[in-house]
Amino acid sequence: MSGEIAAAFAKAKARGEGALVAYAMAGDPDLPRSVDVFAAMVEGGADILEIGVAFSDPIADGPVIQEASERALKAGASLKRVLNEVVPEVRKRCPETPLVVMTYINVVMAMGEEKYAKLAREKGISGTILPDLPPEESSGIRATFDAAGLDLIPLCAPTTPPARAEAIARDARGFVYCVSVAGVTGMRSELPVDLSSRLELVRKASPVPITAGFGISTAEQARTIGAHADGVVVGSALVRAAHADGPAAARQLCAEIKRGLKR
Amino acid sequence: MSIETSATIGRFGPFGGRYVPETLVPALLELEEAYTAARADPAFGKQVAQVLKEFVGRETPLTPAHRLTAAWGGAQVWLKREDLAHTGAHKINNTIGQVLLALRMGKKRIIAETGAGQHGVATATACALFGLPCEVYMGALDVERQALNVFRMRALGATVRPVELGSKTLKDAMNEAMRTWVSQVQDTHYVIGSAAGPHPYPTIVRDFQAIIGQEVRKQSQALFGQLPDAIIACVGGGSNAIGVLHPFVGDKQVRLVGVEAGGHGLHTKQHGASLTLGTEGVLHGSRSLVLQDEHGQIQEAHSISAGLDYPGVGPELAFLVKTGRMEIRTATDDEALQAFYEVSRSEGILPALETSHAFARGAELARELGKGKHLVINCSGRGDKDVATIAARGIPAAITGNKS
Repeated sequence: MSGEIAAAFAKAKARGEGALVAYAMAGDPDLPRSVDVFAAMVEGGADILEIGVAFSDPIADGPVIQEASERALKAGASLKRVLNEVVPEVRKRCPETPLVVMTYINVVMAMGEEKYAKLAREKGISGTILPDLPPEESSGIRATFDAAGLDLIPLCAPTTPPARAEAIARDARGFVYCVSVAGVTGMRSELPVDLSSRLELVRKASPVPITAGFGISTAEQARTIGAHADGVVVGSALVRAAHADGPAAARQLCAEIKRGLKR
Repeated sequence: MSIETSATIGRFGPFGGRYVPETLVPALLELEEAYTAARADPAFGKQVAQVLKEFVGRETPLTPAHRLTAAWGGAQVWLKREDLAHTGAHKINNTIGQVLLALRMGKKRIIAETGAGQHGVATATACALFGLPCEVYMGALDVERQALNVFRMRALGATVRPVELGSKTLKDAMNEAMRTWVSQVQDTHYVIGSAAGPHPYPTIVRDFQAIIGQEVRKQSQALFGQLPDAIIACVGGGSNAIGVLHPFVGDKQVRLVGVEAGGHGLHTKQHGASLTLGTEGVLHGSRSLVLQDEHGQIQEAHSISAGLDYPGVGPELAFLVKTGRMEIRTATDDEALQAFYEVSRSEGILPALETSHAFARGAELARELGKGKHLVINCSGRGDKDVATIAARGIPAAITGNKS
């Protein structure tokens, strides 16, 4: 276990806040400018940065992140370049903030699971989210990551039956990423009503913090969900803000959501 | 409860598996369970067989191709006539089975993806037959290339959703169908048309398509008193290939041959030859051989045939090729076109452009086998849907000169 992630959640909690895990796509609109977006999000109050690494066929993502992937790929944002060129710069500018990579299994497989785990850890990555790698397929890679001290962060969905959700939570590393809606990433005007009871179930079983994500774009939604989780993940709303109005817009949205996470 | 590991679930050697968002896993587990129960239920098998007979027109004939046999000067050539199945291709075998399975599971609507449109038409047809609403995702480029099939789907009551993302072809249609399924998974069944995708799809599609090979077994015994010496099929995602070849995997004396899209040539990167040049990777929920760059980004495939320009391939075929049980060859766009005319003129059958790839390798295979041997070519679909594409290129002078 990396330890950095747990520390970030604990720090936020000590301040009386839920943690904000803020996502942006590395390489969108290009490699250097995406570093500015990550730094701005931390200035806005992000507690953990989720660094998106583009994949050509992102089946778990909605249109906003999908289009960001296309821009990042055009800018040459391979996993290798993100780890070698984006991550060190982000580390430099945000030395205190844990970094988590989010990408798809094929991108990691192409580099080699062991090679990736070692390089990512070397560059200061604490955890990795692979949305197309359910528990049935992840035992091998999790052992590899464990050995390198890299957390494989699991996902839990609204369609996951309770017993399965508990099993996922019990084995979790870093934090549990609870997907709040049955669907792809993207902003939603309304979140499901039964979300709180599902979050409580996962929280009870999990030895690590739990977050909710997919669909969260406002302080109000963050407040509602923050009451039942240790933090929230915000992705598409930040990607859209940064794409439309640059790093300052992402900073402002982070600050707004952080206000919603004050207890 | 502990969650089982992937060691054996839906695996063909290292290939297969279930690489999908967690949201879909419960639906795939439900599908696996429902399918296992249906397969063990004789009433379900009888129902599928009855619809295939009464509605699809099975069994399809095994036709001797006398003039091709003479022209090629080698093995006796036989054509398994999936082009004569209702809707004009083998795709209907699978959609009938899957829609009946969806009804059994109480699903209220159907989604599907399509490349050339044959699977879309077959799904729309099965949905019309059983009264289920149907949405078909299709790359915008394919919508253009396959206008006739788009019309057929709409006429059958299906909604066609053009996908404007990525290469605007089959791979993007499949991404979009999966994304849609993630958000509507409770009441929707996703009818995958290739023997690809996450477990249990490669198994389900193979089982429903295996009727092709099972009939060839029976028919070859009846027509020439032995199993064929070789069977050849085109390979995109691979549903017709696995369907005709699977029942012969245990018969070592039968050569199994697949033909992939060589596009503009294997040296150009504009091809669809994932079994020939692909590397291990994960695409659309299963681990198989895929066309990708060194960074794991999926490459756009190319073929004159919309059904073959897919950068992945079914995991079971990848396994058969890796283990040496199946031979794999390629045919370029031009070779496929040439074969299209050759078959049309010597047998009175307009083969689909997909199928034309299989024919393009037929002559050399017939000669390799030699006289007295029997070669079966899976005529996976008819070429009516492709005539606009082919006509747009004009009939080559060489062909008009020779035959008119």
